[in-house]
Amino acid sequence: MPVLCSSCGDKRAVLKRPKTGHSLCKACFFWAFEEEVHQTIVTANLFKHGEIVGIAASGGKDSTVLAHVMKLLNERFNYGLELMLLSVDEGISGYRDDSLETVKRNQEQYELPLKIVSYEELYGWTMDAIVKQVGRKNNCTFCGVFRRQALDRGALMLKVDKICTGHNADDIAETVVMNVLRGDIARLRRCTAISTSSEGEGVVPRCKPLKYAYEKEIVLYAYFKKLDYFSTECIYSPNAYRGHARTFLKDLESVRPSSIMDIIHSGENLSVRDGVKMPVQGTCKRCGYISSQSLCKSCVLLEGLNRGLPKLGIGKHHRLHDKILNQQPLTEKEERKLKAVHF
Amino acid sequence: MCQVEEEYHGPLLREELPSVSRQCVKCKEASAAVVIRAGDAYCRGCFKEYFIHKFRAMLGKNRLIFPGEKVLLAVSGGPSSCSMLSQVQEGLSQNAHKKLRFLPGIVYIDEGGAVGQSVEHRRRTVEELRAVFRATGFPFLMVPLEQVLDLPSSVVLSAPGAPEQEAGAYKAAVDHFLLSDGSSGVTAGQQQETPPPEVQEAHTHSLQRLLGSARTLTAREELLNILRQHLLVHTARSAGYSKLMLGDSCTRLAVKLLSSISLGRGAQLAHDTGFSDSRYGDTILVRPMRDYSAKEIAYYNRMFSVPSVFTAGLDTKTADKSSIQHLTESFVIKLQADFPSTVSTIYRTSEKLQSCKGSASAEGDRCLLCVCALDTAAENASAFSATLISEQLSQTKSPGESRQAPEWTAPASQCCSIVGGELCGNRGGGCCSSAKASESPPLRSLLCYSCQLTIKDMSSEEVLPQYILSEAERRLRRSQLREEIRDFLLEDEADEG
Repeated sequence: MPVLCSSCGDKRAVLKRPKTGHSLCKACFFWAFEEEVHQTIVTANLFKHGEIVGIAASGGKDSTVLAHVMKLLNERFNYGLELMLLSVDEGISGYRDDSLETVKRNQEQYELPLKIVSYEELYGWTMDAIVKQVGRKNNCTFCGVFRRQALDRGALMLKVDKICTGHNADDIAETVVMNVLRGDIARLRRCTAISTSSEGEGVVPRCKPLKYAYEKEIVLYAYFKKLDYFSTECIYSPNAYRGHARTFLKDLESVRPSSIMDIIHSGENLSVRDGVKMPVQGTCKRCGYISSQSLCKSCVLLEGLNRGLPKLGIGKHHRLHDKILNQQPLTEKEERKLKAVHF
Repeated sequence: MCQVEEEYHGPLLREELPSVSRQCVKCKEASAAVVIRAGDAYCRGCFKEYFIHKFRAMLGKNRLIFPGEKVLLAVSGGPSSCSMLSQVQEGLSQNAHKKLRFLPGIVYIDEGGAVGQSVEHRRRTVEELRAVFRATGFPFLMVPLEQVLDLPSSVVLSAPGAPEQEAGAYKAAVDHFLLSDGSSGVTAGQQQETPPPEVQEAHTHSLQRLLGSARTLTAREELLNILRQHLLVHTARSAGYSKLMLGDSCTRLAVKLLSSISLGRGAQLAHDTGFSDSRYGDTILVRPMRDYSAKEIAYYNRMFSVPSVFTAGLDTKTADKSSIQHLTESFVIKLQADFPSTVSTIYRTSEKLQSCKGSASAEGDRCLLCVCALDTAAENASAFSATLISEQLSQTKSPGESRQAPEWTAPASQCCSIVGGELCGNRGGGCCSSAKASESPPLRSLLCYSCQLTIKDMSSEEVLPQYILSEAERRLRRSQLREEIRDFLLEDEADEG
C-alpha cells in the first residue's frame, strides 16, 4: 500500500524527510523546504528591501540550490533584492574549471549576473602552482584562507551589500565539532551565528540562509527539481582531520537524525566564561584586511609562498611577523624550519 | 592542536632511547617506570608524588570544600572513583603532607536492577565493594537504584544554597578550624553496619519497565544518568552531606562534553563538565578527578594496588553505534590514539564555559529532569524554532490554508485554550486537571531541549517515577493558574518564589 503524504494526506509520498522523518509528496516537500528557508530569512532579518546580494556560487549542490531558492523566494515574497552570482576560481584544473562551467550555465538559467574572481589575478598564484610548491599536505589552509578574502574582494568589486553562502546545517554542526576538537573557543562561540555583524571596512556581511537545511534534503531538493549541479570532490586531498569529524557526524545522524540540529542548538546556547582570553580583531598592517595579528593570515601565507618558505603560514609563527613587515631576512635556522618537506 | 593536520614528523624522526635505561624526568635518578605523556617518564616514587599532589592541588585551587565539611564520595566501583577514594584516604592519613580536613562518607548506587543482573550477582558485587569500603574506615551507604522510585518531589527542586562565600571566607574558616581543634577535628564518622535494604522484586520490575520504555539506548542512558543523580543528591541531602564528589576523569569529561554537545546540552555544558556543579543549590557536585586521564588512573591503580570492582553498564558489550554516548566515547578514544592531545584539548574547552546566560532561579525556569535552567525559549531564527517549524510544515493537514499564513505558536500553552475559556474560569484553581486525564499533559514544556529529546524517545511518560509526575502536575497547575491571572499581573517578572 502506498504511503500517503503526511502534509496534504492526498498524494502519494515519494520521500521521507531526513530532518523530521515525515513522508511527503514532491509538491509538499518543495513547499516545506522553501517555506523553511523563507522563515529563516524573515525571522533572522537577513536582508533589507533594495539590497544587492551576492550569492557565493561554486557550482556545487549547496550553492546551486541556494541560488535557485533565493531567486524563487525573492520573486514569491517580493524581497526586493537584486541578486548576483559570485564565484571564485581557485585555479584547480580538472575540478574548478569544470564546476565553473556549471555556474555559467546557472547564470543563464537563472538570468543573474555573474562575477568570477581568480586566485591568479588576486594573489598571482593558482592552487595548482601552490600545491606544486607546498605539496599535498596543508594546501587546504591556503585555499580556505584565500577564498574567504577573495569573496570579500569580489563582493567589493560588484558593490554588493551582502554575501550569502550555501553553508547547510551539516556544515555548521561539523564546524562546531571541529572547533571543540581544536579547542578553538573563539570560533566555537561565533560559528553558529547566522550572519556576521559588520566587521569593518573591506569586509562584506555574510549570511547563511540554508543554515537549518539538512544536507540530505538539499540533495533531495536538487534531485527532484533536476537542478544542474556539479558533484565531485576536490582533487587535492580531502582533509584528513576534518574527515574524522565528518564521519562522526554522519554516524551521529544515523543514531539520532536530529543530532545535527541538536549540535547547532548546543552551539547557539554555549556561554563562554567571562575572563577567557579572546583574540582581538584588528587590521592587517599590510593589506588592511581584518586580522587578529599584525599581519593577516593570507598575507603571511602569500609571503611564505613568495619567499619559497611555504610553511611560514602553517602553524603559529607570530614572532616572525615583525620581521616580515620590515622585510628583514630570516635566519638560516628559521628558514630551514619553514621549507617544504618532501617525502 | 591549532593546525588541522598536526605535524609530528619533527620529533618522530628523533631516535628513541632504549627504554630500559630511561631515567625519571623528575628526580633524574631512579629508572622510569611509567610514561604518562610522550616524553614524560616518571619513576615509581615521583609518579606517586605527582599523582597525590594533583589531587590536593585541584581541591586547594578551587577552595570549595571547607574544613570539617561532610563530603559524600560517589563510588561506582570503577577505576576512577576508586582512585578518588584512595586519594581521599591518602589525604586524611596521619602522615599526609598537607592533610585534607573534611569528613568523608561513601555512597554506592547498585544499578544491577537497571541492567538486569540477578539478585545473586548483585549481592556478590555489593559484598565485594563492602569489603573495599570497610577497609577505609569511612561510613558508607549501599543504595539500590530501585529506591529512586520512592524519592520525594523535593529532589527536583533546587534548594536555596548557602549564600555566596566571600573571598576571605575560606581562609577564615581554615583559621577558625585550626584554632578550635585542628588536630582531632577529623574523625571520620562511625562506620555503621546496616544490612543492605531489601529490594522488592516489584520495584525492580517497575524500574526495568521505566528504562525499557525508552526506545533508544541513548535515551535509556540519559534516563539512568538522571535517576542516578537524583538518588545521589537525595542520599547526600538526607544524610547531611553538603558536597558530593564524583570520580569523572579527564577522559570521561572529554567524552561527556562532546556527547553533551551532540545531545543538545550546550547550555548545560558548564554544569555537566565543570569542577563544581551547583544546580541543586544546597548540595554541590564536585569533580576532583578531572585532571587525571584514564591512563594515569589505570597506571596508578595498578602500581599501588588500588582495588576496583567491575560493574557492567547499559552500554557494556554493545556496538559503537548503539547510542550517542557510546559512539562519542569510541570516537574520542580512537582519535586520542592517533592524536594524543585530543582529550586534553576537548577537556580544556570545559574550563572556559559557564552555566547559562541568565540566572534562572525560579523553579519554573528549571528542567524537571536535569534541574538545569531551561533553554527552550525558541528565540527567532534559532535551531529550536527551526525544528518546530519543520515539524509543523511536514504535517499540516491542509497546506492550502496555512500556505498563506504559516504562523506557529509556542507548543506549551495549548492545554487551556483547547478546553475553552469558560470552563476554565468556572473551575478556578483546578483548571484542566480533569481534562488532563484523557490527553497527556504537556510534560515537555517543563523540560530542557535535551531532556525533551529523551522523553520523545520514550513510549510512555506515565512510567516515570511518581515524584517526577506529581511535581510535573504541580508545576503545570501552577503555570495554568498564572496564565489565568496574567492580565492582572503588573509585570512579568519573578513570579515563582
